[in-house]
Amino acid sequence: MKRYLIQRFAYAVITLFIIVTATFLLMQLLPGTPYSNAEKLTESQRAILDAKYGLDKPVAIQYITYIGNLIQGDLGYSFQYQGRTVMSMIGDRIGPSALIGLQGLVFGTIIGLVLGIISALRHNTAVDYVSVTIAVLGMSIPSFVFAALLQYFIGVKLGWLPVALWENYQSTILPSLALSVTVIATVARFIRSEMLEVLGQDYVTTARAKGLNESGVIWKHVIRNALIPVVTMLGPLAVSIMTGTLVIEKIFGVPGLGEQFTLSILVLDYSVIMGITLLYSALFIFVVFVVDVLYGLLDPRIDLKGGSKA
Amino acid sequence: MDNHILEVNNLHVSFKTRNGEVPAVRGVNFSLKKGETLAIVGESGFGKSVTAKSIMQLLPKQNTIIPEGEILYEGKDLLKFSKKEIQNVRGSDISMVFQDPMTSLNPTMKIGKQIMEGLSRHMSLTKKQARERAKEMLELVGIPNTEARLDAYPHQFSGGMRQRVVIAIALACNPKVLIADEPTTALDVTIQAQILRLMRGLQEKMDTAIVLITHDLGVVANMADRVAVMYAGEVVEQGTLDEIFYSPQHPYTLGLLRSMPNLDAPRTEPLIPIPGSPPDPASLGTGCPFAARCPYTMKVCHDHNPDYTAVSGTQAVRCWLQDERTPEEHVPEVIRKGRQTSEIAADQAAIDAAGGVPV
Ligand SMILES: Nc1ncnc2c1ncn2[C@@H]1O[C@H](COP(=O)(O)OP(=O)(O)OP(=O)(O)O)[C@@H](O)[C@H]1O
Ligand code: SF4
Ligand SMILES: [Mg+2]
Repeated sequence: MKRYLIQRFAYAVITLFIIVTATFLLMQLLPGTPYSNAEKLTESQRAILDAKYGLDKPVAIQYITYIGNLIQGDLGYSFQYQGRTVMSMIGDRIGPSALIGLQGLVFGTIIGLVLGIISALRHNTAVDYVSVTIAVLGMSIPSFVFAALLQYFIGVKLGWLPVALWENYQSTILPSLALSVTVIATVARFIRSEMLEVLGQDYVTTARAKGLNESGVIWKHVIRNALIPVVTMLGPLAVSIMTGTLVIEKIFGVPGLGEQFTLSILVLDYSVIMGITLLYSALFIFVVFVVDVLYGLLDPRIDLKGGSKA
Repeated sequence: MDNHILEVNNLHVSFKTRNGEVPAVRGVNFSLKKGETLAIVGESGFGKSVTAKSIMQLLPKQNTIIPEGEILYEGKDLLKFSKKEIQNVRGSDISMVFQDPMTSLNPTMKIGKQIMEGLSRHMSLTKKQARERAKEMLELVGIPNTEARLDAYPHQFSGGMRQRVVIAIALACNPKVLIADEPTTALDVTIQAQILRLMRGLQEKMDTAIVLITHDLGVVANMADRVAVMYAGEVVEQGTLDEIFYSPQHPYTLGLLRSMPNLDAPRTEPLIPIPGSPPDPASLGTGCPFAARCPYTMKVCHDHNPDYTAVSGTQAVRCWLQDERTPEEHVPEVIRKGRQTSEIAADQAAIDAAGGVPV
């Protein structure tokens, strides 16, 4: 177990390092300069600014400095906002994003599981067709369309919830709902096909042949086994939530990381872009790490001692 | 004839498919006495598994139709049982062992728990007692180090060991009938012999009646008291082991015996495969299903399906060759010869039954 954890953790760190490097190099390729008033700067003013941000040094030195600071938890200063550290900007913005992201994820997963499980148990009935249709729509229609629909019907027409802006808890509901649509669809489709597969397995017949009642068979043998692989969905779901917030936050005016990210890209605020990219990557890598460990704990066929399939 | 523990009468099973209703079992009859082993043989797709599963009512409800027939267990028709009642029968009165031990155990549940589930369902045992009993069962099926094995998962067992576990699960509640659907087909030969020996030993200990489904005539020769031969959803011939092996009366049984190796006796004649291929169950006519492949087909065979003819007190055949209207010279030598042996065997059986005059 310990060896497995260490091994997985080492993988995570290496992956993160590669991503840091790649992001850093990509940033070097972006056109333009980070200064908002670049045309008006004289040669010497520009040299002073470059020196201040370390941009006068060779790329290799910049890279080493960046990594060094990173290890100490220092993501540098924003180019755009005078004197603000990237860390503090992320700190200010992460709350709303985390809130709507988690709400969307949890709500979407629960609804998706219920929908998919019922659908599989009522395979080839009207219930099944309806929920499959919902899932296909949910996956193929972009979330900003749902966001607009929610705003129009629930916000404007019914007036039940605020259309946008970040004022009280009610403000979090529509953005979370909009984010959860893709999650519902993805999870429902996945668990449905897992359920159908498990329902066809011989060991389910064995369970019935023991005389267990149908609900015992479904809970102890079918759902349990169908749920285990759902853990692997966490990675892709985290990504879909993260990318979802980029758009959703803009639509609902949520002062979150996603909104900051789009803003910083528009003004080429290098250090902020890199900071947020790294945060997203680290988050994703963390989720993958958690999935690995959880899967190993849930599925006895995975031998944690050797770190490989038995 | 009425001390039968299990009796299947004129069982019909069809499936609803896209191409309409397709019959899989078409009027199957057989019966089973306490402690007896009945082998059901026949090629792939002839409804052996469907017959077995319909006894336990393990076929998918949505597309299975059982238009006719009865399945009497201790005289009561299982087909008329409620869901609850049939659940009470499953695993406690009648149990089943499936073909593939690699897939018939839940991969994420400990072996002990999988055995205990049935025990706690049917017997009023405390958890501790159930575990004790599960341990006994593992010992009984020859698994060493039982205390530790109870907490192991299926993937930690070999195929043969898993099939032992499946047998332990099936026999845990002392069922009166065990249905084993090709229990050794997925195992290699030496393991096969071990599992069969185990089943026979346990049968003697517990006086279980066994329905053994197989297409291995070697297994039949080793295990069965009686044999039912299935063709296209029908039992075309049944009789005692000796009757079926030494005086087969149905051309399909004959063909089966000639086409299969690994009988005890060393063979002198070459193996002859049955020509043609099995009929499509969706397009069976009203005639004998074997007509297209039978070397002795007559005109009547194409239009009318023959009924059972009792050849002896224990052997019955569905074939027009048995009909008295069939001219004697059309009945092939092998079958005529078989009839005589079968009469001798019947006489012998009568003598044995009457107290036994050794010949
Ligand atoms: N659930 C089902 N739905 C539709 N058709 C089925 C179903 N189960 C079995 N059948 C059909 O019923 C027929 C008999 O199948 P069965 O499994 O009983 O054959 P079998 O004699 O056990 O063959 P094998 O030796 O291959 O196990 C086959 O044609 C099969 O396709
Ligand atoms: S009934 Fe006719 S076709 Fe069928 S097995 Fe007998 S002889 Fe052959
Ligand atoms: Mg079968």
